[in-house]
Amino acid sequence: MKNKINKLTFTSMEVRKKILELITKSKSSHIGCAYSLVDILIVLFYEILNVNKIKSVSPDRDRFVLSKGHACVALYVILSKLGFFNKKILNTYYSNNGRLAGHPVFGSVPGIEASTGSLGHGLSIAAGMALSAKLDNKKYSVYTIIGDGECDEGSIWEAALFATHHKLNNLTVILDKNGFQGYGRTSDVLSLEPLRRKWEAFNWNVKEIDGHNILQIYNSLANIKSKKPLLIIAKTVHCKGIPFMEDSLMWHYRSPKEDEFKKALCNFGDKIK
Amino acid sequence: MRNSVVTSIKKIALKDKNVMLLSADMGFSVFEDFEKELPKQFLNVGISEANMVGVSAGMALSGKRCFLYTFAPFVSMRCFEQIRIDLCYQNLDVVLIGLGGGLTYAKEGSTHQSVEDIAIMRAIPNMKVFCPADPIEAEICIVEAYKKKGPTYIRIGKSGEPRLHDKKPKFSFGKSIHIFKGNDISIFSTGNMLKTAMDTAKILKDKGISVNLISMPSVKPIDYKAISFAASKTKCIFTIEEHSIVGGFGSAVLEALSKLSIMARIKCFGVNDCFVKYVGDQDFVRRKIGLDSDSISNKILKKLGI
Ligand SMILES: Cc1ncc(C[n+]2csc(CCOP(=O)(O)OP(=O)(O)O)c2C)c(N)n1
Repeated sequence: MKNKINKLTFTSMEVRKKILELITKSKSSHIGCAYSLVDILIVLFYEILNVNKIKSVSPDRDRFVLSKGHACVALYVILSKLGFFNKKILNTYYSNNGRLAGHPVFGSVPGIEASTGSLGHGLSIAAGMALSAKLDNKKYSVYTIIGDGECDEGSIWEAALFATHHKLNNLTVILDKNGFQGYGRTSDVLSLEPLRRKWEAFNWNVKEIDGHNILQIYNSLANIKSKKPLLIIAKTVHCKGIPFMEDSLMWHYRSPKEDEFKKALCNFGDKIK
Repeated sequence: MRNSVVTSIKKIALKDKNVMLLSADMGFSVFEDFEKELPKQFLNVGISEANMVGVSAGMALSGKRCFLYTFAPFVSMRCFEQIRIDLCYQNLDVVLIGLGGGLTYAKEGSTHQSVEDIAIMRAIPNMKVFCPADPIEAEICIVEAYKKKGPTYIRIGKSGEPRLHDKKPKFSFGKSIHIFKGNDISIFSTGNMLKTAMDTAKILKDKGISVNLISMPSVKPIDYKAISFAASKTKCIFTIEEHSIVGGFGSAVLEALSKLSIMARIKCFGVNDCFVKYVGDQDFVRRKIGLDSDSISNKILKKLGI
């Protein structure tokens, strides 16, 4: 296990470095929002999802929907690392005539299961996939990541009601609780607390974890056995991994300038390619 | 355009305490001054567009005048029924401001493109629809929307667009703005296509074609006079918009011709009836889909048989 964690930690550094390069080069936004969910995505894609079936678009594949689509650069990097598409395509991220837009587009590259980017859609789509698995007697599981700010949307709570009513215990939602949304701290804009009790009242199985602790993420996702859908509240840090950019809303919007990029790169040392 | 919109709303809000600026979690680094100066007149409702529209209806029914702000697709499409019933059915004084109309945010994918908004907003009774072309037109639209009351949709771009008018043009609801006088053909442009339309007119002028160029920020109500003048005095009408050719500005001009029972030669330029899947900035995508001055002028020349 310890080896595995070291390996995943190393991968998460590689992914973060690549994200930094892509965002800086393309002058795009959302580095902070992507960094907060990198570790969760890595555990999902390297340990939990049946990636080969996803690659071959098998009807039995697990489904992953990135509901907070604005963080898709992290997903693109991981998909590319896992061989869903080649590096050349990855490097066209957010550039003229590229394949990869600023939000995930269904069909743009393998591995993108739904077009997201308008917040509050992904959970309903995931619930529909999970219900279909039940209807078709299939064993696959469905995962989605939502933002804490995204929980402002009424559609999230409609889907939350739906999922428990239909006993979708093959559905897991990870809530990336980085504490920020578009205009400020989530606690200042629209209070979500008591968040855990809200989801429990909606009859979900709820776990709370440190969203950057690989072992905790793994333990929360592995061998899920419950009659209910699962919500994992992952406490995360906006832009986790680059100390001088952590926990600041500015990095929802800005992309690093040349000197900031260089300073940020120092975090990764020589071993990270 | 964004800054001139915020400045204009602030001017109004300073004079009228009932004016409120509502945001659906947008406007970081844009609204902070407004919020500081007029804390009671600013409200971030969170990422809940449908709720924002409903709340604004309740506030309008209680004497407030709300300006609602978020991305164009979210403020028009996400909460369409709330707009139709809560605002328009009750004919309430609420102004919707759609940031990033058309292909402004083309690179972000179709979720952030807004090329159906004019069509759906226009289809609702009582709703007025404005697409300003530059910061000055945007300012006038805000003031007009406040003065004339009723539900209004204002589709703007982002920040940093150049001013296209040297001085403040004369413009009000249902009127248009004359840019160039000409008597061969007419070009009607709405919103952020005006610069392209001006460039197109210049290219055509070099080919010896004189263009009657009109900017039409007021898509609904539309300027019937300008349309009937163009139909009777020039050979052909061309409309340009950064919006689907289904139901948008061009369709509004066609409907006006039908209502006026005028037969005219007309061609509409816009986004074809499909999702734009090119990744790239606004200018790049415009060129890809033929919404740039070179493509448009070529097509016009062809249509004229030149
Ligand atoms: C329906 C909708 N409204 C507004 C936006 C603009 N927007 C993009 S990200 C964001 C904040 C999201 O906050 P959160 O869900 O907490 O994710 P984080 O940014 O913290 O990763 C907003 C308001 C959007 N993409 N979709």
